[in-house]
Amino acid sequence: MFINLVILAVLIAAALWTVLTRSLLRSAIGLALTSVVLAIVMFRLNSPLAAVFELSVCAGLISVLFVSSISLTQPLEQPAKLQHMKDRTGRFWYLPVIMLAVGVMLSFVKIKLTLPVLAPEIEKDVRNVLWNLRQVDLLGQIMILLAGVFGVVMLFRETRKDVR
Amino acid sequence: MYVETFYTAWPFVICIVMLFIIGIYCILATLNLIRALIGIEILIKGVTLLLVLVGFHAGRPALTQSLVLTFIVIEVVIMTVAVGVVLGIHNHHKSLDARNIRKLKG
Repeated sequence: MFINLVILAVLIAAALWTVLTRSLLRSAIGLALTSVVLAIVMFRLNSPLAAVFELSVCAGLISVLFVSSISLTQPLEQPAKLQHMKDRTGRFWYLPVIMLAVGVMLSFVKIKLTLPVLAPEIEKDVRNVLWNLRQVDLLGQIMILLAGVFGVVMLFRETRKDVR
Repeated sequence: MYVETFYTAWPFVICIVMLFIIGIYCILATLNLIRALIGIEILIKGVTLLLVLVGFHAGRPALTQSLVLTFIVIEVVIMTVAVGVVLGIHNHHKSLDARNIRKLKG
């Protein structure tokens, strides 16, 4: 329990550092750090396969994506933009207060929890679930991947025309 | 049973809520488009943690793991297309300022 608390505190600290740091590159690195800590939490919550995917895809691939996009663009932040950001920081102080108020209000609502039903034998293996029970999900994944590839191809074709 | 679940789950729930707040704040408070994408990523991390937590406490981690795998694939595709859009905006306006794309044609 204590280890869980420490890991969750590190997760929140990493997310806060991601948001509050000035440099975009440090922000991308902080996002990767958040993913790594989240993978540890998932591993402790008995989901090792999802943790491996989180570690390899979110901490690896998405960080590479962000770092390459930051290097392709020139995110020079002028002092005026920094000042605007500071102003906005002060303007959104009420966001945590609203969340706390909603949480307190929700705590008065009595939610009926049903007893968790134990999973049948076929649902205990991730491979079984993924390949036999959630086939529509796999089809959707393939379609979304194809749609993403198509979208990226279209985007870069447009930029080529702009250059000509 | 419920009391036990409550005592083991509340730090995670607070962490998820804080991740949501941090992500929404990141999207609201920035003008940089890449930083807004990073805020969306933090929101997605909160949802992922919520799914895994529900699977752990409902006793069906395999089902939620397969959902999380689907979710991660969708997340990667969304981020790839979004970064492509941001690069296109940067090519057009030569800056990443979100105020440039307020006036859209069509």
